[in-house]
Amino acid sequence: MTAAEANDSGSRPAMPVTPGYDVALAANVRPPGWTNPKPASNYHLVIIGAGPAGLVAAAGAAALGARVALVERNLLGGDCLNVGCVPSKALLRSARFYADLDQAPTFTGGAPMGSDADFPAVMERMRRLRAHLSRHDSAERFQSLGVDVFIGEAAFAGPRLIQVAGAGLPFSKAVIATGARPSRPDIAGLDECGYLTNETVFNLTERPRRLLVIGGGPLGCEMAQAFARLGCSVTIANKERYFLPDEERDAAEILANALRRDGIEVRHNTVVTGVSREGMEKRVRLVNDHQESTVVVDEILAGVGRVPNVAGLNLEAAGIAYDQKRGVLVDDHLRTSNRRVYAVGDVALERKFTHMAEATARMVIQNALFMGRKRLSSLTIPWCTYTDPEIAHVGLYVQDGRKGGHPLKTFTIPMSDVDRAVLDGEDEGFVKIHVREGTDTILGATIVARHAGEMINEISLAMVAGIGLKTISQVIHSYPTQAEAIRKAADAYQRTRVSPFLAWLSRRWLAWSR
Amino acid sequence: MGYFLRAANPANGLIADSSRDSAPCSIAATGLGLAAYAVGAERGFLSRGDAAARTLAALRFLSDSPQGEEEDATGHRGFYYHFLDMQTGRRVWQCELSMIDTAILIAGVLTTGCYFTAEGNDEREIRECARFLYERVDWPWATAGGSVLRMGWKPGAGFLSYGWEGYSEAMLLYILALGSPTHPLPPDRYGAWTRTYQWENLYGIDVLFAAPLFIHQLSHIWIDFRGIQDAFMREKSCDYFENSRRATQIQQQYAMRNPRSFAGYDEHCWGITAGLGPGFTPRQYEHGLERQYHGYVARGVPFGPDDGTLAPWAAAASMPFAPEIVAPTLRHVRDRHPHAISANGLLTSFNPGFKNNGGGAGGGGDGAIRGWLSPEHQGVDQGPVALMLENHRSGLLWRLMRGCPAIVAGLRRAGFRKGWLGSASR
Ligand SMILES: Cc1cc2nc3c(=O)[nH]c(=O)nc-3n(C[C@H](O)[C@H](O)[C@H](O)COP(=O)(O)OP(=O)(O)OC[C@H]3O[C@@H](n4cnc5c(N)ncnc54)[C@H](O)[C@@H]3O)c2cc1C
Repeated sequence: MTAAEANDSGSRPAMPVTPGYDVALAANVRPPGWTNPKPASNYHLVIIGAGPAGLVAAAGAAALGARVALVERNLLGGDCLNVGCVPSKALLRSARFYADLDQAPTFTGGAPMGSDADFPAVMERMRRLRAHLSRHDSAERFQSLGVDVFIGEAAFAGPRLIQVAGAGLPFSKAVIATGARPSRPDIAGLDECGYLTNETVFNLTERPRRLLVIGGGPLGCEMAQAFARLGCSVTIANKERYFLPDEERDAAEILANALRRDGIEVRHNTVVTGVSREGMEKRVRLVNDHQESTVVVDEILAGVGRVPNVAGLNLEAAGIAYDQKRGVLVDDHLRTSNRRVYAVGDVALERKFTHMAEATARMVIQNALFMGRKRLSSLTIPWCTYTDPEIAHVGLYVQDGRKGGHPLKTFTIPMSDVDRAVLDGEDEGFVKIHVREGTDTILGATIVARHAGEMINEISLAMVAGIGLKTISQVIHSYPTQAEAIRKAADAYQRTRVSPFLAWLSRRWLAWSR
Repeated sequence: MGYFLRAANPANGLIADSSRDSAPCSIAATGLGLAAYAVGAERGFLSRGDAAARTLAALRFLSDSPQGEEEDATGHRGFYYHFLDMQTGRRVWQCELSMIDTAILIAGVLTTGCYFTAEGNDEREIRECARFLYERVDWPWATAGGSVLRMGWKPGAGFLSYGWEGYSEAMLLYILALGSPTHPLPPDRYGAWTRTYQWENLYGIDVLFAAPLFIHQLSHIWIDFRGIQDAFMREKSCDYFENSRRATQIQQQYAMRNPRSFAGYDEHCWGITAGLGPGFTPRQYEHGLERQYHGYVARGVPFGPDDGTLAPWAAAASMPFAPEIVAPTLRHVRDRHPHAISANGLLTSFNPGFKNNGGGAGGGGDGAIRGWLSPEHQGVDQGPVALMLENHRSGLLWRLMRGCPAIVAGLRRAGFRKGWLGSASR
């Protein structure tokens, strides 16, 4: 399928449409001929939306013996499985493979191997793996867990009633987990010329020759790099001065250099002002600090933020407060303005990640069904952008720390100081761990490394368990591993504890005991 | 020193950006040149009268040249365009009105005001012009209503969206802006700027981090940071001078580690900073090492970009901070890379491992020419060397500027205390 056809499937594709693996996917997440069960007279919990948040809430509540209904209007698995994390990471892996092939001389010392990516095959692999993973999220599986799975668009019909496909689902408690969708960029001519979003880009079967990516956030950077490595000529237009504006500047600069090395034309501080079509081509007008330019591309991919799905839920009928931008409004216990209704995942959270969707879903089972008092603000939340190198973060940023009046100190280990990273040819990046000045208490960390997403988990564990750098430096890390970078940072901290007096004392002792 | 004597237009005092033919004037080079005249006069490279005459030509031009919103003015609101035509002194290349380059220019202007203290018409006029030029700059305007100073402005288009955040050479800009008697920047803006600082332990060294070396030098040309502390440095029990010493050590540490195995790098061969390079080449491989070269980029350590291009001038400009590692480095460059020192004794950038495969500038095109040598000298390279070596030898500029009311007031308003500033607040 070409992008033009992909576009025609509209903003919410009913179903990935290619034959083959997508049929297997559909059999799991939208079984043809599915008949909704007969609704129970009352549910402990009704969940709207079967993305990661809804699925975790449903499985968890059912396992604890609750009577649960789960409503999905489109595909079980939500964005994550169908048009988000899963297909994107599958593509990134293939892209990384081709990038490694390009680097053949650094591994063999010999000549470049030069291999042009087989784009259709890469997309087919992605579909195969997506279908494979969809088994976990299948309607049948959830039914077997004792969940009543309803396919259809849910809406509130009152403070204790949800309506779906003509049936009423009365509830004691309900969870809104309807997720988010891509924002539509407001650019003259864009709608007419057609563009891709995460909802359509994974339906491509032919490689666009030239691609413009709009947006320098995680989605834009990941996809720009993947497509460039798969052989597209990619331009990325980022309206900010740096990529990933939330992240550390060093991280963003390393990323910009990495994207440039992959041959991507990086346009920071650049706004797309208009698009026009000329034959099969799209002419895009860009403005950078008041200077106009034009790029000609075959396809445009927009990744300019995500807006919560609140429309059509008839939230007013249940007295649930919401905001078009922030989504369903919740308190620290994830409860909405209707005490019986909670909201989790992308529809309610600023940090839109699958692990957040799942963590908040677990909290809500406690809070909604077992009078729990779990708090959103108590969570330690890591995240990662899966570019190459990856950029992972947890906890405070230095700037926030300084604003909050905490003196901070950062222990920095370049990956080029880590043996395994050097041996792997993956020595770009760093580990930076921020501690409260004068203590070993970890307040946050940023890791830029090829496997930063794996490495950040150690820091999250330390933060949640209240483990400081002193203890980390005592933990034996196997050699050689890239995660040793974390221990090295802890060692650097330990060395700052050796006061001149202690050093003097130990020299005296050694001299005396010789 | 010689650079500035050669690169100046005696008629208007403007100094060329580089030794390249037809290079325009850079206002930063002009500011560095003005300070160099004072040094030159003191050292006897030129007579005091000649230095005063050169200075006066520049100050008169700067005072009288057109300021305003026109596309081809020389400046606006007391600021100046980054590049000016060497003859007419008008804006060229559609360049931006540059806040940092204006600060460097004004620092040079103030230096002349502090140096030429004799009676006599010329020197009196220099002092008057210097004061006029400084007091005319409308620093708060350059925040565009925000909390930090913007990097630039263009007629018609307005302010560039970038602001000065994160530790950098803009320290000088902030101090001058805070110290103004006529258009002072509110002191809380200094707090907004230091809020983006990052205090790191890197290679076992505690440092206020910034990757390119020149960042740790530029403000120090004029400001004697030894022993004075703002709130941030009080918190860290450090000062900016000591910090630059550590940043210099980090450069050396990086070169010793030489993570990308570049030719020439070692304990006595380093100096990685913003500047010219061999020019852009596609990615290539040499003996299993990936190489990609760049033209002008802000090179830095330890996270790059680094393409093997060294700037010995940047090492030299660190002399006051760490003579014990800089002096051997300069000797090493002289012995091992003599071509990096030109006939008239100027240091330039070079890339000892660059292999020209046809792409990029410099070298030949025959596929195996080793090494790249900067074809030109730049005012913003040569100035810091001459001025910092002078500070190292005699402390001349530091001494002059310790008596400069603008610098003293700026430092005090930024919260600097102790050392030569004393602890009295004003
Ligand atoms: C390209 C891309 C890559 C990503 N990569 C990552 C990653 O690597 N790591 C990560 O952590 N996060 C990633 N994310 C984010 C992640 O996908 C989301 O945070 C996650 O899917 C949120 O889960 P959710 O359950 O809140 O919402 P969703 O997954 O959006 O699920 C909501 C579900 O609710 C359904 N629904 C909506 N309205 C109704 C209604 N009225 N009735 C019935 N059903 C309804 C929807 O059809 C949908 O299936 C990525 C996102 C994108 C777009």
